[in-house]
Amino acid sequence: MRDFYGITLNSPLMLGTAQYPSPAVLQAAFRASGASVATVSLRREAGQGQAFWSLIRDLGVRVLPNTAGCHSAREAVTTARMAREVFETNWIKLEVIGHADTLQPDPFGLLEAAETLAAEGFEVFPYTTEDQVLAGRLLDAGCKVLMPWGAPIGSGLGLNNRFGLRTLRAAFPDVPMVIDAGIGRPSHAADALEMGFDAVLLNTAVAQAGDPEAMARAFGLAVQAGALARAADPMEPREMAAPSTPLIGKAWL
Amino acid sequence: MATGRCTISTRSGLMSDVTILGAGVAGLFAAHELARRGWTPRILDRAGAPGPHGCSWWAGGMLAPHCEGVTAEPVVTRLGAEAGAAWAEVTPVTRRGTLVVALDRDRGELTRFARRSTGHQTCAPGDLEPDLAHHRAGLFFPTEAHLDPRRALADLVAALAAQGITIERTEATPEDIPGPVIDARGLAAALPGLRGVRGEMAVLHAPEITLTRPVRLLHPRHPLYIVPRAGGLFMLGATQIESASRAPVTARSALELLSAAYALDPRFAEASVVELGADLRPAFADNIPRVIARGRVLHLNGLFRHGYLMAPLLARQAADYLTDRSKGELLHED
Repeated sequence: MRDFYGITLNSPLMLGTAQYPSPAVLQAAFRASGASVATVSLRREAGQGQAFWSLIRDLGVRVLPNTAGCHSAREAVTTARMAREVFETNWIKLEVIGHADTLQPDPFGLLEAAETLAAEGFEVFPYTTEDQVLAGRLLDAGCKVLMPWGAPIGSGLGLNNRFGLRTLRAAFPDVPMVIDAGIGRPSHAADALEMGFDAVLLNTAVAQAGDPEAMARAFGLAVQAGALARAADPMEPREMAAPSTPLIGKAWL
Repeated sequence: MATGRCTISTRSGLMSDVTILGAGVAGLFAAHELARRGWTPRILDRAGAPGPHGCSWWAGGMLAPHCEGVTAEPVVTRLGAEAGAAWAEVTPVTRRGTLVVALDRDRGELTRFARRSTGHQTCAPGDLEPDLAHHRAGLFFPTEAHLDPRRALADLVAALAAQGITIERTEATPEDIPGPVIDARGLAAALPGLRGVRGEMAVLHAPEITLTRPVRLLHPRHPLYIVPRAGGLFMLGATQIESASRAPVTARSALELLSAAYALDPRFAEASVVELGADLRPAFADNIPRVIARGRVLHLNGLFRHGYLMAPLLARQAADYLTDRSKGELLHED
């Protein structure tokens, strides 16, 4: 597995920490999933939520603070600086929202904030689209990880633009990439890993499931399956049937 | 479960000594329950009678065990079913059920809510609340109820006063007081594992709108409930944020609450905003209320967003334990 700013994760699953029925359910979900990273939002949750923050710390996983809910580069940069103080990490999932309804990233604000933060020593995980030009510019700005979306946040639609994502993966074969947002089902997560992405990040699909703990386990198994399959070099799809047993030479009975 | 009634008749003289710390919904209901069983509790609160200093003041007052069950643990739904009857002995309880609606584009939320809850039937919202006839699909939870929390607190205080039990304005911890103590101070009790969960609410005055029961608007990002109060008032609630900040309502939360109300009925745009409030709900990690027995001290705490739904049951389990050490489902011995 490709590493993230020098850190090798022991699971390609990253989970958000919002919207669970209770912290006890959140903890159970993390345990069941084997997730290696927890994302936390500074703006609303952990700022004054010392009790909640200590619950997250007790999960024993790496914390990836995010700038969720920021709508401008400036706002995101300020939030990132605060997050570094609170969580004592240079990791930051950079989210600059461009549209309030679709929650799609604002590519211009994202690039601007990424440049500023990378120059300040942050290890930026930019939440971006599958756009290859933007990806290149983010890498030029100093990002060493990319987080392309699967589909809009919270939509659960899976990998919306498979062609674009495959092109992006192929364009930057050495860059660690996390599919962030839009993952609704474990099959979507397995799909992303099979396509060669290094990890997936999701929240709603687990937190809002009827049984978050069971769903978390399902996602843990799915990313394992996807990673195993990728490493095993899956067959290429083809248009024609190809019998696994040859017809010629079949015995006449 | 033992009622303790026989014990009371023989030991009433010995039982006139229990001190309750905290005059919020948990402490007051515990006092009421104990007084009903022949005890004479003494109530201490650092701020005196109930008011804006306590989180009970800011509650919605929905007695909605089935709707809450969508996110709460099953025990809350099961035990909360008794709340309506218990409150009706103290204060007016409106038993007109709960109406749940969703905007057309969020219809999927309604399906999911129905799948994860019990005690409901599908309905046309306009048949129940003519003002909401523009919503086409809804769920009706006929057995649910609601009350006015501030009225309920005042009625509890009055009922206790009629028995000579008043609230003394003084700050105390269990260590300061001899004999049995019920500690219902919420976050001030600073119990291990107890955290504050921020909630924000608004009260609107919209005399031209008529709703007769709580209405929940399902939304993937900003779920809302509206509880009608007397005099054209409506309580809008409530955010649920993992933060221990008691700062006033944020602009963002106010926007979300008000936009959701507007989405429910556009006439709310003309309502007067009478009140905006924010406070912290005390909660344990599983968000289930507890009675914790620690020596002579019983902690009633962690009522989370279920204060009015669970206070009667917690009070009963505390009284049972004090009377004959019987252990209810929410009782933890420490």
